[in-house]
Amino acid sequence: MLLAPYLQGGKGLFISYSTLDGSSVEMRAIAIGLFQHCIGPIAVDVRLNYWTRDFCLSFGLYEEFIDELDMIRAIRACKTAAEERAVVRKECASIRASISENDQDYMHRNLAKLMFIHMLGYPTHFGQMECLKLIASPGFPEKRIGYLGLMLLLDERQEVLMLVTNSIKQDLNHTNQYIVGLALCALGNICSAEMARDLAPEVERLLQFRDPNIRKKVSSLKTAALCTIRIIKKVPDLAENFINSAAALLKEKHHGVLITGAQLCTDMCKVSTEAHEHFRKKCIDGVVKLLRDLANSPYAPEYDISGITDPLLHIRLLRLLHVLGQGDVDASDTMNDVATKTETNKNAGNAILYECVATIMNIEDNGGLRVLAVNILGRFLSSRDNNIRYVALNMLMKAISLDSQAVQRHRATILECVKDPDASIRKRALELVYLLVNESNAKPLTKELVDYLEVSDPEFKGDLTAKICSIVEKFSPEKLWYIDQMVKVLSEAGNYVKDEVWHALIVVITNAPNLHGYTVRALYKAVQKSSEQETLVRVAVWCIGEYGEMLVGNAGMLDVEDPITVTEAEAVDLVETAIKRHYSDLTTQAMCLIALLKLSSRYPSCAKYVGIGSLHIIPGRINDIVLHQKGSLVLELQQRAIEFNSIIEKHGKIRSALVERMPVLDEATYSGRRAGPVPAVVSTSLGTQPKMSNGVAKPTSAPLVDLLDLSSDDVQAPSSSGGDFLHDLLGVDLSPASTGTNNKAPKNGTDALLDLLSVGAPTAQSSSSMLDMLSSEQDNKRSEGLLDNFASLSTSSAHSSSAVSSSSMMDLLDGFGTSSSVPVAETSGPSYPSVVAFESGSLKVTFNFSKEPGNPQTTTIEAQFVNKSPDIYSNFVFQAAVPKFLQLHLEPASGSTLPASGNGSIMQKLKVSNSQHGKKSLVMRVRINYKANGKDVLEDGQISNFPHGL
Amino acid sequence: MIHFVLLISRQGKVRLTKWYSPYSQKERTKVIRELSGMILTRAPKLCNFVEWRGYKVVYKRYASLYFCMCIDQDDNELEVLEIIHHFVEILDRYFGSVCELDLIFNFHKLPRAQAYYILDEILIAGELQESSKKTVARLIATQDSLVEAAKEQASSISNMIAQATK
Repeated sequence: MLLAPYLQGGKGLFISYSTLDGSSVEMRAIAIGLFQHCIGPIAVDVRLNYWTRDFCLSFGLYEEFIDELDMIRAIRACKTAAEERAVVRKECASIRASISENDQDYMHRNLAKLMFIHMLGYPTHFGQMECLKLIASPGFPEKRIGYLGLMLLLDERQEVLMLVTNSIKQDLNHTNQYIVGLALCALGNICSAEMARDLAPEVERLLQFRDPNIRKKVSSLKTAALCTIRIIKKVPDLAENFINSAAALLKEKHHGVLITGAQLCTDMCKVSTEAHEHFRKKCIDGVVKLLRDLANSPYAPEYDISGITDPLLHIRLLRLLHVLGQGDVDASDTMNDVATKTETNKNAGNAILYECVATIMNIEDNGGLRVLAVNILGRFLSSRDNNIRYVALNMLMKAISLDSQAVQRHRATILECVKDPDASIRKRALELVYLLVNESNAKPLTKELVDYLEVSDPEFKGDLTAKICSIVEKFSPEKLWYIDQMVKVLSEAGNYVKDEVWHALIVVITNAPNLHGYTVRALYKAVQKSSEQETLVRVAVWCIGEYGEMLVGNAGMLDVEDPITVTEAEAVDLVETAIKRHYSDLTTQAMCLIALLKLSSRYPSCAKYVGIGSLHIIPGRINDIVLHQKGSLVLELQQRAIEFNSIIEKHGKIRSALVERMPVLDEATYSGRRAGPVPAVVSTSLGTQPKMSNGVAKPTSAPLVDLLDLSSDDVQAPSSSGGDFLHDLLGVDLSPASTGTNNKAPKNGTDALLDLLSVGAPTAQSSSSMLDMLSSEQDNKRSEGLLDNFASLSTSSAHSSSAVSSSSMMDLLDGFGTSSSVPVAETSGPSYPSVVAFESGSLKVTFNFSKEPGNPQTTTIEAQFVNKSPDIYSNFVFQAAVPKFLQLHLEPASGSTLPASGNGSIMQKLKVSNSQHGKKSLVMRVRINYKANGKDVLEDGQISNFPHGL
Repeated sequence: MIHFVLLISRQGKVRLTKWYSPYSQKERTKVIRELSGMILTRAPKLCNFVEWRGYKVVYKRYASLYFCMCIDQDDNELEVLEIIHHFVEILDRYFGSVCELDLIFNFHKLPRAQAYYILDEILIAGELQESSKKTVARLIATQDSLVEAAKEQASSISNMIAQATK
């Protein structure tokens, strides 16, 4: 305080020894504050006592200090990022200028500034050369800061690093051990694989270096050991060269050398089996002895941490035994010693015990020690220290595979940990609980977890929900329990549930016919309480659509259930709320529309007319809601609304059959599909499945799966699977010519679709047959199913089969206005002969041509590749190039493997638009890559034999 | 293996970074941002470990400074806490009281070279090098005196030159 006047005077300031060395923290802080305050603009005369000298040293050197300070101050004063960038740019410019002037005196200072700039995140690559220069200079101070800069500014991935190899090599051979130390340190921290290879001999020499006057060389010995770890990690082949010198390290006395030696041996065992064998034979006794001595050693102040001599060395040695000591009796004995003798009231002791347990788990086969280990973990688990509990949970995960009974005993404690306020502990505990679940304890554990779900943090709910769902699916003893648990989870954390989970739930529900009524009522109740859970609403809406009459009629009552009274209007209310909520997404709204359509047949009272007014018909509630969606901005919803409205109003006869219940979804197929290679596709297809495929014709389940394919695959994609699928779905024999052509040749497509629509009837139907059909008497089940398929087809891809659908669907779409109908194209334009576009000794490429009517410029080419050789071609890639007046679009090929001997082919579609149509004909250059017999083959050629007029 | 060491102040300012595994400049900034978001928001008394991108980050707060080290899944977390403490004690001996550590680092916001030198004596290639505080202190002191000696030599030479050219 007395110093203040001096400071104000702006004169020199003497800070006395006694002030700065004052023992109170406050005094020092004040002193430092004063120091900071006056050091900048005012020339300070600081009497350098020992404290201030240290102080200045700790901030680098004094003269650098003031200069840096100016820069820092300037940067600190910046108010905006732009200002800061400007200051940094200016500084960088001055540093660059100083570098180009080759000013030796400022090198230190420049580098210190650069490090600061680097830390702020600005590019500092121009300083890298500066580091190299400093490293190459002879003095220790320059080298020291040069290496520091090297480690901070560069990493192993920069090529500049190679330039420093030579300097490092020289420094490794330096007589000054501290310079050797610097070089080793840099090598250990950032060396790349190339450097490791180049400099390994030098490091090896240093590692072998033995000197009677060992104390002096200790520091380079241990640095060299750690450097070797990096080298063998980068280049594992080099490990064998180091085996002997690494083993020799374990015979030293110095703790630093032992620590690094043990670490080096452990890492060598990981990369080289030869080293592992060698150490196992030669070193294990030595390590056991070292460990025993260490455990029994008297108090050693230099290495003591909370009463234990060098716990860090302890841990390193234990870790080496972990790798080496499999089945070794001596090792097990020592383990027993260490485990029983170690003090456990401090972190250091616990760290040793923890490592000890890990080692026991790995090396011990007999039960006794393992019981000891699990008991230690049990003790850890009941500790009040969160760190200890965390590591206990962590280690129990490993123990569970060895001795799950012993871990099960701690189940209650672990379950408590799931509810811990600490996120890290919760996560560990949850993983562990997941592993602990089996058939016998699934019910109580799930109950605990579900109960906890209510009160858990929002950010934990995602993990927790996923785990609960997984447990419930895996271990559910009966369907009732499964459904109960899932409804609970959905109503607590429905927004965190993944799509697969609720899809699976629906599959299970359809498979439990005696629980339909129960489920729909349970879901109804759940939605009343927690309507904000999106997935819950979806499942509920789906079930109400399917089993609406059971909701109202209290059908299929179970004993455990309380009866509820729900009127039809209330059920419709629920769906209405769901569709009108602003946060409902498209899927939910679309599902609501389907449900309404279904309810229109289940609840006739809500369906069509309320009564006939004086002038016009008053629509029923359901129809009213559906009509409301006609104005939706989302095309999908609008289209559905229009179609459904039309079905409700005009096709009463077929409606009830049309919206029959979904057939039972096959669980085995579903779970098989989920486990299959394309889960993503499955999940999306399932997402659309309930709304797309109501009332599928065939009662078996296999085609359903195919149906899913359709709704996920864009029908526009040229795939014969589309045709196959229809084929499967309908179980009718479509002629091969008409399958797989639904968008390639419109005429065929029309035929095929018409065929679909009039199974059993003669194919010669005009496109208006649809209309007839809808009102015709032949509303047997099958044809309605077809109709529905057709409808679903058109919703997903109305544009692809537009010519057909728009006219034949006119009836369904009439709410939309009929003016948009387009006449069916009568002809498909001229046809072109196929050509063999390319043929080599082993490969034949055939082109088939087609044109879309009304667009003569564009030709669709279907290329067929056939392999005539006896070898299978893999990685088959076809590439094509065209001149500028053409435009080429390649669609994905049907496969990349071409079977041998013409036993199959790859198909690929190309679309070519000719901007000079009629003037110039097509021309194309192709290149084909594939792998035959393990060799890459490349073929190319030019195709100019295209038919004229393309 | 320790993948990196971070020192972050309670306000989220970075005081020291050391990377033993390669991270690009961009990744480094991202890592620091992610971790300071996770660690600084944790309540006191919780455990000192956070799980992050398949690694574990062990952190400990000393005064207003967080020491963080990132390790592999199966490394010994408790041991890393000891290493952090070891580092802090050595810093403490070198710079003075731990309470002022942040002040020391903060003083003019430079990554202090001395702290890096000390770290280099403790960790290399992400592995522990020396468990004796005394040895580390001695090594640093010797190297500092080497620098001092070189400076003195330089200044005496320049004095001589100055006197000779007077």
